[in-house]
Amino acid sequence: MFETALSWNDLAFLAQGAAMTLAVTAVSVAAGTVLGILFGVLRFQLGPYWAAPLTFVLDIFRSVPLLIQLVLGNALQSIMRLGWGPFTTSCVVLSLYTAAYCTEIVRGGIGAVPPTTRRAARSLGLTWFQDMRYIVFPLATRVSLPAWIGLTLGVMKDSALVLWLGLIELLRASQILVTRLQEPLFILIICGAIYFIISFPVARFGGYLEKRWSPND
Amino acid sequence: MIEIENVRKSFGQLEVLKGINLTVPKGEVLTVIGGSGSGKSTLLTCINGLETIDSGRIVVDGTDVHAKGTDLNKLRRKLGIVFQQFNAFPHLTVLENVTLAPRKVLGLSKAEADAIAVKQLTHVGLGDKLKVYPSRLSGGQQQRMAIARALAMSPDYMLFDEVTSALDPQLVGEVLDTLRLLASEGMTMICVTHEMKFAREVSDRVAFFHKGVMAEIAPPDELFGAPKDPDLRQFLAATH
Repeated sequence: MFETALSWNDLAFLAQGAAMTLAVTAVSVAAGTVLGILFGVLRFQLGPYWAAPLTFVLDIFRSVPLLIQLVLGNALQSIMRLGWGPFTTSCVVLSLYTAAYCTEIVRGGIGAVPPTTRRAARSLGLTWFQDMRYIVFPLATRVSLPAWIGLTLGVMKDSALVLWLGLIELLRASQILVTRLQEPLFILIICGAIYFIISFPVARFGGYLEKRWSPND
Repeated sequence: MIEIENVRKSFGQLEVLKGINLTVPKGEVLTVIGGSGSGKSTLLTCINGLETIDSGRIVVDGTDVHAKGTDLNKLRRKLGIVFQQFNAFPHLTVLENVTLAPRKVLGLSKAEADAIAVKQLTHVGLGDKLKVYPSRLSGGQQQRMAIARALAMSPDYMLFDEVTSALDPQLVGEVLDTLRLLASEGMTMICVTHEMKFAREVSDRVAFFHKGVMAEIAPPDELFGAPKDPDLRQFLAATH
């Protein structure tokens, strides 16, 4: 017969960790998406030559392992005496990491809108901003959504690395329980199941939006 | 009135407009014919300010299109243009395609814009397709929607850039009928086309472009009946 020392309090502890994972992910994806849209539009508008410095910086965030970015980010905020806690530091680093990937998604999405469609919009007297707001963004969003959903799910899983800054998120909470209860397989299965439970609605929501938009395209 | 004075335009080394001079008074239907690469379409996009020019002047109702400080967005309200590709906004219904610019550019209310859109869509025979998305329309219907979209801005001039070229032969007629209707209502139009029968039928004047030069311009009976330019004679022989 299966027996476990895992108590309801331990499950509540895991739930708190999951809430922290969700909080870090939500803040990072929201901030990273806003920055990614800004940088993506800049990269598209400026072209490869003028956007080269921005591209170089974003390439650094895409190339260096996230764990190193977190450790260096934490050291930097300490050296600069910014006084950030682990949560703020984690969110800042993860936001920049997300923004680096989101920039390429946005740039690709804007590039997928046919220039002739944009030309037709401008020929009606729409300004550049109105063209972006009413034509480019809705169409680019449809193209970019699957990649953005993938990025969000990736960031949710990558957020486990913030445990190195001392933040008790889902994986760190599981590790603590494994150390105390010595039931690694059972606890990690529960941990994986919780990751699935919080990821699944995001993936389904993306699928729902794709399905809703597809009949019109 | 549209006044085009010695307009030159190059794409890199290739000069596509070599000093075009042309005046189109209000109420005139001017048809532009010529081979591919003769500069016909480029001229239309230059008139609308979608392309810059290298030298010369294009003046629309006293406003120099390419002068610094010209508000092109404002100018484009009076210069409707319809392209070869339908360029429908695929995420918007037919009605929304037509109401977008009147609402956002002219600042009309939704009710006012809807009323104009319904009128124009009915005018081009799409009054029963208001809630339909463009992907559900045929090519001819999409092109008529594009015409209604341009007309909804109440332009003073309409520019048509080979609007039937991307259509199946059986769909060409319905679009040409719409253009005939506009011409009969007195709309000032510049139509770039390969439809010689249409050009002969609706035009006040026909201009023949060849290698970036306006080689001949005359009323249709004269231009088609007794062409003077040897390249035009060759062109007409090839298209018959």
